[in-house]
Amino acid sequence: MAKLDLNRVPMPRQIPKISGKNFNEVALGYSLEQAQEEASRCILCPRRPCVGGCPVEIDIPGFIQAIRDGDMPEAVRILKNKNALPGICGRVCPQETQCEVVCVLDKKGAPIAIGRLERFVADWERANMPSANSSPVSPRPTGKRVAVVGSGPAGLTAAADLAKLGHSVTIFEALHVAGGVLMYGIPEFRLPEEIVQAEVDYVASLGVKIELDSVVGKLMTIDELLGNGYDAVFLGTGAGLPMFMNIPGENLNGIYSANEFLTRVNLMKAYQFSEYDTPVKVGKRVAVIGGGNVAMDSARCALRLGADEVYIVYRRSEAEMSARREEVENAQEEGIQFKLLTNPKQFLGDEQNQVVGMECYEMELGEPDESGRRRPVVKAGSEFVIEVDVVVVALGTTPNPLIAQTTHGLETTRRGTVVADEEVGKTMKGKVWAGGDIVTGAATVISAMGAGKHAAADINKYLGG
Amino acid sequence: MPGIHLFKVAAPSVAKKARPGQFVVVRIDETGERIPLTIADWDEKEGSVTIVFMEVGTTTARLALLGEGDSMANFVGPLGLPTHIERFGTVVCVAGGVGVAPIAPIARELKEAGNKIISILGARSQNLLFWEDKLRSVSDQLIVTTDDGSYGRKGLVTEPLKELLASGEKIAQVVAIGPSIMMKFCAETTQPFGVKTMVSLNSIMVDGTGMCGCCRISVGGLTKFACVDGPDFDGHQVDWDLLIARQRIYLDEEKRSFEQWRGQSGSCA
Repeated sequence: MAKLDLNRVPMPRQIPKISGKNFNEVALGYSLEQAQEEASRCILCPRRPCVGGCPVEIDIPGFIQAIRDGDMPEAVRILKNKNALPGICGRVCPQETQCEVVCVLDKKGAPIAIGRLERFVADWERANMPSANSSPVSPRPTGKRVAVVGSGPAGLTAAADLAKLGHSVTIFEALHVAGGVLMYGIPEFRLPEEIVQAEVDYVASLGVKIELDSVVGKLMTIDELLGNGYDAVFLGTGAGLPMFMNIPGENLNGIYSANEFLTRVNLMKAYQFSEYDTPVKVGKRVAVIGGGNVAMDSARCALRLGADEVYIVYRRSEAEMSARREEVENAQEEGIQFKLLTNPKQFLGDEQNQVVGMECYEMELGEPDESGRRRPVVKAGSEFVIEVDVVVVALGTTPNPLIAQTTHGLETTRRGTVVADEEVGKTMKGKVWAGGDIVTGAATVISAMGAGKHAAADINKYLGG
Repeated sequence: MPGIHLFKVAAPSVAKKARPGQFVVVRIDETGERIPLTIADWDEKEGSVTIVFMEVGTTTARLALLGEGDSMANFVGPLGLPTHIERFGTVVCVAGGVGVAPIAPIARELKEAGNKIISILGARSQNLLFWEDKLRSVSDQLIVTTDDGSYGRKGLVTEPLKELLASGEKIAQVVAIGPSIMMKFCAETTQPFGVKTMVSLNSIMVDGTGMCGCCRISVGGLTKFACVDGPDFDGHQVDWDLLIARQRIYLDEEKRSFEQWRGQSGSCA
């Protein structure tokens, strides 16, 4: 047996000096040789802890074995058996806290790069297998109809699983494209639109109908869907409402929610303004407030738009940031400046209502708070001003209240999330399930997919499957 | 009419749900912007929704080029909260410019709810006046003003509004829809009389469903989203200067985009 290789095959990528100036994907993906070399590091241990670490229980050793064997169609089949969106997951899942952290190699060296291999298989399929060939055979129709509200990761996953079981599924999407946060939120350089579109098309190829421009709660209510022949409803509308800080000056021109900034840049393609009609303020000095993945995405977009200086302003230290380590490093390498232990007190504007500065406090870390992270405390008398002309507030999102407000019998929490069974997503209202950010508050793509999967299984059971 | 356009759009599901005061978000094509437009009328039987808009920039100028039988990429609605309709008593409906379009169905439903409707219709000049008859047909009294005196009474809509308030007739509510500056002055006119004044705010929006917060405004000192908390608000509580400043965020970009578009479309012609 070959000696254990404790280092993973590096991922080819754009160099930071260049990547910070274009919207093309930064990580370039493995070649077949690189993928097989990385796959060959897997010891195919019998305990298979990685499968348990995956929220959608992909047979990870199975597809790794297929890559080693050079049987790529088999790798695709195994992957897609559990995951309708592998190209997306391979790029944006936090594997380092899920499947990879439990890899037995993690104790001795680098765990298998499961995410990179997943991405490789998905990209191989897109390049080498026309979609018709990869679609499974049509199941026998059950005659049952399910409405899925929202076409983000939770909705797409639930819809795909239900369609594979023979149910007739319609997705209702409020925006003009399907994909939800995958389309409007995550930028092109991290998750290309083409990848999302291909996986949305795959879900549609399973027989799922997608109704765009359909705002449920306005165009029709959940009760009307149930009254119009739908046997069950899955709510996957995410957490779409931006949180602001409620400090003075927050409504000045040039201050964006991350949702608005990213929607303008990604969904509406403001980075190609002149070819596309939607504008966005470019800014010379841009401050992004927050320490999560959305903050990193916003900062890196601002840089690519052409800002001279981009700051991440975060009230705790780097150790407490909720962003993936990899995303923090990407941002730093591209030249984003981190202003840590810094918290805005107020925004300063000129007579045109344009933001020109941000008065901040210096912070220090006190005792741990309920999140387990050390609580940031204001240093008295530490106020100072940062000059800025664009600010992006990336402090998180809460569920849009539209559906809860228009649906009788759907219980919500004080945080605006829908009350649903933790395991299967059943809500307090008959025939209605929910999963993803609408239940948990803002979380990850893969946890939303896991919730969609479990709800789909329970809906199938309810429908007599 | 110069720069003002009326489209009847085939949108049966929107027509089925539309209520007075609501709006749609439209996008012309793949490269287009999403813009909000107030619903001016709808016909459930015919499955149509009527929108009226004025050419002010690239999107509206491009929209104006569409003709009968053409389609636009996206037409989303009905969005926003409907206007609150009940029997108040006497309601004065003040329409400025294209504001007559959204106010017409509001006046109609208020009339049907048993209110006495006094309407004031104002425009800069006679050639910018439309739907006079439509508004008259749902009003007990109609006053028309033009800034230049080319038709009706010469002057601004606030003048007859002030006279009505001072006349001693009990006015339960005023509804004012038009350019922000006109709504601001209507609200300032009614404030000393203590008559509740509802306005319909037209902030910049992207999604129109509460997702982006671009349309945020300050009402009674609290930040509100015009798209989901409105578009109707109490005019006496609105921070007008903030609204007007926020409507001007993209003035430079809009100008650049429009000049470029005009250059391109000019060279094609």
